[in-house]
Amino acid sequence: MNRHVLSVLVENQSGVLSRVSGLFSRRGYNIDSLSVGETEDPKVSRMTIVVRGDDYILEQIKKQLNKLIDVIKIIELDPRQSVFRELALIKVKTGDNRASIIEIVDIFRAKIVDVANETLTVEMTGDEAKIEAFLSLMEPYGIAEIVRTGLTALERGNREIKNQRKYEED
Amino acid sequence: MKAAEALIKCLLEEQVDTVFGYPGGFILHVYEALRKSPIRHVLVRQEQAAAHSANGYARVSGKVGVCIGTSGPGATNLITGIANAYMDSIPLVVITGQVKSSMIGRDVFQEVDITGATESFTKHSYLVKDAQEIPRIIKEAFYIASTGRPGPVLIDIPSDIQEAKIDFSYPVSVDIRGYKPTVKGHAGQIKRAVKAIGESKRPLIVAGGGVLLAHAQPELQAFVDKTGIPLVHTLMGKGTLPSKDKHYLGMIGTHGFTRANRALTRSDLIIFIGVRVADRAWGGVSDKALQNVRIIHIDIDPAEIGKNVGTQIPLVGDAKTILPEITAKVSRADTAEWLNELNGYKNENPRPETGLVNPKYAIQLLSDKLNEDAIMVADVGQNQMWAARNFEDRPGRSFLTSGGLGTMGYSLPAAVGAKFAAPKRQVVAVMGDGGFQMSLFELGTIKTHQLGIVMVLFNNTRLGMVRELQSRNYGNTYAVDLEQNPDFIKLCEAYDIPGIRVSDNSQLQEAFDKALKHNGPFLVECMVDPLEATL
Repeated sequence: MNRHVLSVLVENQSGVLSRVSGLFSRRGYNIDSLSVGETEDPKVSRMTIVVRGDDYILEQIKKQLNKLIDVIKIIELDPRQSVFRELALIKVKTGDNRASIIEIVDIFRAKIVDVANETLTVEMTGDEAKIEAFLSLMEPYGIAEIVRTGLTALERGNREIKNQRKYEED
Repeated sequence: MKAAEALIKCLLEEQVDTVFGYPGGFILHVYEALRKSPIRHVLVRQEQAAAHSANGYARVSGKVGVCIGTSGPGATNLITGIANAYMDSIPLVVITGQVKSSMIGRDVFQEVDITGATESFTKHSYLVKDAQEIPRIIKEAFYIASTGRPGPVLIDIPSDIQEAKIDFSYPVSVDIRGYKPTVKGHAGQIKRAVKAIGESKRPLIVAGGGVLLAHAQPELQAFVDKTGIPLVHTLMGKGTLPSKDKHYLGMIGTHGFTRANRALTRSDLIIFIGVRVADRAWGGVSDKALQNVRIIHIDIDPAEIGKNVGTQIPLVGDAKTILPEITAKVSRADTAEWLNELNGYKNENPRPETGLVNPKYAIQLLSDKLNEDAIMVADVGQNQMWAARNFEDRPGRSFLTSGGLGTMGYSLPAAVGAKFAAPKRQVVAVMGDGGFQMSLFELGTIKTHQLGIVMVLFNNTRLGMVRELQSRNYGNTYAVDLEQNPDFIKLCEAYDIPGIRVSDNSQLQEAFDKALKHNGPFLVECMVDPLEATL
């Protein structure tokens, strides 16, 4: 079961997110994460969807997504030629370890965005591996809460999704 | 003008002359506009029937079927009909009333989230939020429903929106950036298909409902005539090629014919045309049997290609466009030996005159009696297979049934739609006592319009196909029977619809003659042995 990252342009309308997520649950496709936001064109939103599946499933996902009237374009992002980022906010219990936590935060170039008596809240951006590595280092201190955005991604270089061919069966 | 009036004007722009529906509180503005319009409104007796009637109407006329219901229960009653149309790719525009915009989400009287509920079995849906958008939405809805792979499109209109005033202008064209169906086949793939046909020794066409939806029967006939390739069809593909044609082998699938299924496993090149390779058509064929088979798959929906069976030559596009392109380039296949082999297999379909009324015999007899352009609407269950296997395949969208969803109660309301679409053609609704009782209320609609529908009811006081499954899987014990059935003849009498009960094969001739001669609805109730088998 390989992981694939799809970048999907959709109409920025109510009901679209439900149609897309409904498609995944109805057809039994596994979805790791989905993030969505407006693009340079306010009438268009862009979704980054991380899915798991073999070639057959991936093919079906693309084809079925394409059948949704609100879906404008789908491309699959090649990890070697794309920037993958995720944002996580992590509330760590400090105890007596405040200094050593701050040290790790610095090494990871993360940011402390809130300081309280018993906790530090860290803002962390990176690809999944970096976030996972950071989380495993924080675990011994005690993690109170985590929230993650899911992956968002963009192709490197001059290529734009607009100018790429819409996925088609040939 | 009020948006409701604009909506009706839009329907007129789309050449709609008949709609099927049932009114209610939150669709009244639309009904008021409808009352003043030249559009004929057929009042059904329950909303599910409106969707099935629109379905029958669409399939016979080749146009988009339109049905209307109110909010809440009106909308939910439509659901089965919408799902049914989705599974069989039938173009429908479904219009529902909705509570006032400001009330949505408050669980007010007769409120239901119908766009949400039908999300996974509509081709697209709209919840109208701005009355000014109605002309664009209607234009798009008809375009989406009828192009590409057809399907149902739902438009949910809150009552305050129906009442709002708008400036009416109907858009001339549609441009939806996310919806551009592929019509023309890929030139390279067509070339590969032609080559594969040239190399094949045992080619076989599998035709499905897509051929009928594409109005591509003439193009298919021309392709068959030129190449000499034999043809089998799915349940939905019944009528793609007349059974009289010497290349016709019959229906495949769980309830298909031996020769047709045999051909599938013996072929070296299968050409799917407008087929989604559904389990009931394909279930019996193992992957192993396909090891040395090449597959060409022609379909307008790219998602169907490779979904249920792998393919070497995918061809996305409209069969009506693609078939002539292939026909122009192919030469006659050398199929003499292959046809010879196929002629060695016989379709076992005797004409048994056993039992009380033998339903197989009855359908064959009826098939002989009916005009060339007659329409048969089969329900679901044993009666469906008796009809599909014994009604002669004829051109011209002549066999309707609920193929994908398997909706009992389909045939009576669908026959209503068929009769409205083609008042001059004979329409026969074939059903069992189970399915009839699911749509009995439509006798009211049929009588009101004095529709000349011949209802052939196979009464075996059982859900016959369920009985077969139960006896096969659980021994001869049945969870249900229908032995407390009403007297169906008397029931029809209450609607002032005449009928005859037949309990012997010898009485069938006379009963059918009488029914077909009668000007108006007529019931022929055939008493069938409860143990009568499907095949």
